[in-house]
Amino acid sequence: MSAKVEVRSLVKSYEGKVVLRDVDLDVDQHEVVCLIGSSGSGKSTLLKCINLLVPIDEGEIHLDGIDITDPGVNPNTVRQKMGIVFQAFNLFPHMTVLSNITLGPMKVHRMSRTEAEDTARSLLDRFGLIDKVDEYPDRLSGGQQQRVAVVRALAMRPELMLFDEVTSALDPELVAEVLGVIRDLKDEGMTMIIATHEMGFARDVADKVCFLDDGVFLETGPPERIFTQPKEPRTQQFLQRIVDAGRL
Amino acid sequence: MSTSPDDLRGPSLFSPRRRPRKHREEGARGAIIAAISTVVVFGLIVWWVLSSEAWPEVQQQFFNPDHFVASWPDVLGGFWLNIQMFAVAEILILIFSLILAMIRSLRGPAFFPLRLLVIGYIDLIRGIPIILLVLLLGFGVPALQLPGVPNSELFWGVAALVISYSAYTAEVYRAGIESVHESQRMSGRSLGLTQIQALRYVTVPQAIRNVIPALLNGFVSLQKDVALVFVLGVRDAVREAQIYNARTFNYTAYVAAAILFLVASVPVARFTDWYTERVRRKRQSVGTV
Repeated sequence: MSAKVEVRSLVKSYEGKVVLRDVDLDVDQHEVVCLIGSSGSGKSTLLKCINLLVPIDEGEIHLDGIDITDPGVNPNTVRQKMGIVFQAFNLFPHMTVLSNITLGPMKVHRMSRTEAEDTARSLLDRFGLIDKVDEYPDRLSGGQQQRVAVVRALAMRPELMLFDEVTSALDPELVAEVLGVIRDLKDEGMTMIIATHEMGFARDVADKVCFLDDGVFLETGPPERIFTQPKEPRTQQFLQRIVDAGRL
Repeated sequence: MSTSPDDLRGPSLFSPRRRPRKHREEGARGAIIAAISTVVVFGLIVWWVLSSEAWPEVQQQFFNPDHFVASWPDVLGGFWLNIQMFAVAEILILIFSLILAMIRSLRGPAFFPLRLLVIGYIDLIRGIPIILLVLLLGFGVPALQLPGVPNSELFWGVAALVISYSAYTAEVYRAGIESVHESQRMSGRSLGLTQIQALRYVTVPQAIRNVIPALLNGFVSLQKDVALVFVLGVRDAVREAQIYNARTFNYTAYVAAAILFLVASVPVARFTDWYTERVRRKRQSVGTV
C-alpha cells in the first residue's frame, strides 16, 4: 500500500499558543484513521492544516508524495482532492440543497449544470435525501443537514475525506444516520481521517486510532489495542473518563 | 432515517414560503383612544398655528396657492431630472461600492496593494464634504477642456455623487461581508473555490441580505443629496425653485420642491422600516442565524 497522506513534524500555533507540537501521521490508501482526544487537543486544527485552510508553522504535509505546503502548490487544486465535513455543517443557508451540492462541481470542475445536478441527485438518492433536493438547509434536521454536507463534499469526487467531529453538534438520535453514511464510505474504500468523540464508532470503523494529547500523538495503533490495552497513562485516563460517562 | 415533519422545523428564512399571518388585533378600545388623542393633539397644533398673528404672512410667503400652481410645472420638470440623476447614480453606486468592498475583503499578501488603494480611496473620499466634490469635479473638470472627457456639469455632478457615496456604501457592504460567519468562507474554500468565487457565491449573497436596510437608508439619503448638483447650474427641482424665487421673491416654489422630495423619500423610509421588521420577525421565528 502506498501512503496517501504523510504528515511530518507538523507544528502549528495560534497567536503564540502551540496547538500542534510535533505531529507525524501516515494514512495509507483506503485506510480509515480516527483521531481521538479531548477537546482542544488539536484534532480539528490538524484536519484544517491538511486541508490547507490554516497555514502551518513548520513541517511538511505530503499528498500522494507531493509536499502540499510548498508555496508553489495551488491550494485550490489540493482542496479539490479532499472533502472536509465540519462539526457545524456549514451548508450555505441562501441556497437550496441542490445548489449547495452543485456549486463546487460547476464552479471548480466547470461541470455543466445538467451534469452537476444529475450527479447531485444520484448522490442524494443514495443517501435517502432525494425528497429534500429543493429545500433550504434551515428546514432540515441536523442529521439531514450533515448528510447533505457529506454529499456536498462527495460531489467533488474527493480522493480523501476529512471529518471534523461531524456528530458533535447533533442530537443523540440523529448521530447514527450520519455515522451510517461514513460506514458506507468505508465499505467503498474511501480514504478517511476522522476526528471524533464517538469511541464505539471509532473502534468499529477505524483501521488505526491516534490519541492526540496536548498537540502530540501520544499513542497510535489498531483500535483493538488502543481501546483495550492503552500503554500511556494519559490514554488510560482519557478512556476511563469516556467509560465513566457511559460513552464506550 | 429520521424525517422530522415540516411543521416542527418552522419557516425557512430564505425560501419564499410565507408564514401564516399573526393575529395582531389590539382591541377596539385601544384604537378609539389612539384616534381621539391623535385628533385632539393635531387639532390643537393646527389651531395654534392658524390662529397666530404671523400666519397670514407665513402663508403668503410659503404656502401661497397661486404661486404654487404657477411654479409647479417648472419645479416638477426639474424634479424629473433629480429622479433620473438618482436612478443612474444609485445603480452605479451599488455596483462600484460592492467591487470596492470585495477588494477590501480579499486576503493574502498578493492583494495588499489593492487593499491599500481601496482603503486610501475610502478614507480620502469620506473626509471630503460632498458639496466640495461636486464643485471640484462639476466646475473643475469641464474647465480643463480635456479631449475625450465629457464637459457637462451634469455628468461630473453625478460622478461626484457616485464617487462620494460609493465610499460610504462600500463600508456598508464590508460590514455585511464581515457579518457572515468565517465558517461559511472556509467551507466554500474547502470545496476548492477561489477567494473571489467564495466571496461571490457564498459570502456576498448572504452579506447583501444582511445590509439591505442600511442600503435602503442610503437610498433615502441620496434621493435628497442629488439636489446638491443645483450649485452647478443644473436645472433640477431646487434650481427651478430658486429661479422662481428670484423672479417673484416668494418661497412657495421651494415648498413645492420640498413636497416632491418628501413624496419620493417617505415611502422608501416606510418600506425600510417594514422590511427590517419583517426580517427581525423571521429571524426570531427561526431562532438561529
